[in-house]
Amino acid sequence: MDATLSRPAPVSKKGGGAGKRRPLVSARVLPYLLSLPALLTCIGILIPFITAVIYSLERYNLAFPQARRFVWFGNFIHLFSSAGFWHTVYVSLAYTVLTVGVELLLGLGIALLLWRRSLLTNLLSVLLILPLMVAPAIAALMWKLMTNANFGVLSYLVNAVGIHDFRWGASPSTALFTVVLVDVWVYTPFIAILLLAGLRGLPRQPFEAAELDGVPASFVFFRILLPMLLPYLLTASLFRMLDSIQQFDIIYAMTQGGPGDTLLVFQVQSYLQAFTFTDIGRASAILMVLWVITYALTTVFMKNWTRLRERAHGHA
Amino acid sequence: MSDKISDLFGAFLAGRVGRRELLARASQLGLGAAAATTFLNRTQSQALAASSYDWKAQSGQSIKLLMNKHPYTDALLKNIDAFKSLTGINVTYDVFPEDVYFDKVTAALSSRSSSYDLFMSGAYQTWQYGPAGWLVDLNKFIHDTSETSGDYDWDGILPNLRSATAWSGKPGDALGGPGAKQWALPWAWELNSIAYNKRILDAAHMEPPKNLPDLIEMAAKISKDVPGVYGIGARGSRSWATIHAGYLSAYTNYGAKDFDTSGGKLVPTMNSKQAKDFTRLWVEMLQKGGPKNWTTYTWYEVANDLGGGTSAMVYDADSAAFFQEKGTKEAGNIHYHAFTPNPDAHQPTPNVWIWSLAMSAFSKHQQAAWKLMQWATSTQQLTLGATKADLIDPTRQVVWDNQDFKTRMNGYPGYLEQFAASSPGAKIYFTPQPLFFNVTTSWAAALQKIYSKQVSVDDGLDQLAHDITAQLENAGITD
Repeated sequence: MDATLSRPAPVSKKGGGAGKRRPLVSARVLPYLLSLPALLTCIGILIPFITAVIYSLERYNLAFPQARRFVWFGNFIHLFSSAGFWHTVYVSLAYTVLTVGVELLLGLGIALLLWRRSLLTNLLSVLLILPLMVAPAIAALMWKLMTNANFGVLSYLVNAVGIHDFRWGASPSTALFTVVLVDVWVYTPFIAILLLAGLRGLPRQPFEAAELDGVPASFVFFRILLPMLLPYLLTASLFRMLDSIQQFDIIYAMTQGGPGDTLLVFQVQSYLQAFTFTDIGRASAILMVLWVITYALTTVFMKNWTRLRERAHGHA
Repeated sequence: MSDKISDLFGAFLAGRVGRRELLARASQLGLGAAAATTFLNRTQSQALAASSYDWKAQSGQSIKLLMNKHPYTDALLKNIDAFKSLTGINVTYDVFPEDVYFDKVTAALSSRSSSYDLFMSGAYQTWQYGPAGWLVDLNKFIHDTSETSGDYDWDGILPNLRSATAWSGKPGDALGGPGAKQWALPWAWELNSIAYNKRILDAAHMEPPKNLPDLIEMAAKISKDVPGVYGIGARGSRSWATIHAGYLSAYTNYGAKDFDTSGGKLVPTMNSKQAKDFTRLWVEMLQKGGPKNWTTYTWYEVANDLGGGTSAMVYDADSAAFFQEKGTKEAGNIHYHAFTPNPDAHQPTPNVWIWSLAMSAFSKHQQAAWKLMQWATSTQQLTLGATKADLIDPTRQVVWDNQDFKTRMNGYPGYLEQFAASSPGAKIYFTPQPLFFNVTTSWAAALQKIYSKQVSVDDGLDQLAHDITAQLENAGITD
């Protein structure tokens, strides 16, 4: 490196030779000042969080303000002893695993198809973003109409291929499939675009070398491409996992958590407790459990992400 | 010319000229129907202004309304300028679709926000909002002659509706009983009966159903035999709204109750023999003749299917079918029918929904808000809404007796007859208690499980009663 390029410019003596200009803030204060915005943001985030923690330890129903008092872990004990809660845990995790899994597979497939640049792939890359521009609640309402068993176009199509009496979100046996389908429609483009950016950023040399050596395509895919793409796959998975486990809008707009309790995921359960039943204590307790699960999953992902990124860079 | 017009409308308000004659003479004076309505409205406002009551006392203040997207709201807002000019009070409003409307109301009230002064409510909602201290007890205005115009005829509002919006706050106490607080003003109401598509029933050589077993048979036959049409529409979403319409009306007709309060305690009785026997029939009706995706059906879907010719009958609010009379495929084919589900019962027992106006306890402009409440529920405004807009099922008897209203509603076959037959038995059949939404949401979920065959009727309703007992105990309101 040329040392002269990195040398700081000499201090101007213009202005009567008053000597060195004094800094506005001392070097000791500056680091604290620079971190102040982050600190304020942190406090802004923590205030509602701590409030929710306190609420979760209270018997606090807005309709019975006179009965408000600390019950410590009473709300959690009630949750953990309820069969409905364990169903909520199960269905939330099932929804997360299914949506993230299917979206990753489809997103990767689409990204691979669009990898090579051409006029068509560039155009398709742009069109791919369209579902992402539709608000999930609106998408859910669109799908609710399309899957209406009496006049929906999708109901007509499945009927035409011989699947009769398919009730989509209205039946407990197909409701999870239906909302996963809507989630996949909305969010697969997000994963595809993220992976496409990753693919196009990969170095070309390993692939060219493999091609010259006549390496089989499966070897290239599993031993070269996937390891190099893993950090992107993990990033996409993390984003989608965090979003899926906190799913609300698609499920609520399509089924309100039904039929019965079939799709009563964490957020729908908490929303009903807070806004329909005005039970802030129990709603907060549900959200605290969701936070713990989300935190645990994120920690595991982040540890693996760091490890895999280092390994991927080493391979590269 | 304008003096003649003023005299004519003055004579109408004084009762010397009927509405039909008014319109005929207004037409002779070159006034079109729309202009006549505007003129009438202005004249009515001038008449109100001429009374000794000081409508301008809060002039210059601003109030904000929180409204549900509904034809009744449209009727009120269409005419809001008349209120502004009468009182000098500025009015702004937010309108939300029903799916999220009550969540918005709950959020606004529970946060003790003063951003909204008035809002639309049902009677059931006031059981939650009132005891929580979020609503103003309107008795303090109604019975204060300095606050209420002498022209405001409180006693002219149908007595059962006045009672239905008043409650003491003690779980199990009767509506309108001793110590009841007036949480809202009844504005418009609706009762649940059968509306049917005459074209479809005629083609199937059927008459309107006599009772529930008859309805089940008819609905099943239509679903089976008429392509693209199902027999009977009813609400089914996982929401309180599923319980209060057709289900509770028929449930009551079969002698079932939600709670037993005879021992001074609230005891859930959704698993009584009558309740189980009736629920078996209800679910059979939906499985054999209802919409395939019943568990997602709100009143919007129920009504739209009737208007679109997808359903042959609906068991829902009479007004829901009425709103399908304009611009739909089946407009003109919809007929109305009073319905007594139980073959052994003597009259219909429709549970009612009352769209009401309630005042936030956190409003900083309560007197101005009270002015709007008086104005919106006045005889003049309800008459105008009932005859010129879609504010049907008015809350005042005088409007039901209005010849123009009768003439208008005679254009909708069976509407007045079903109302006359149903209204004597129409009231709120829920037991008032503040966990209304917990109870009814759990109830709807239980019905969905039974409908989907996840549980039997017996197990589903036993489990429901058990859950509700636990919820009441947790809230400390079993006694």
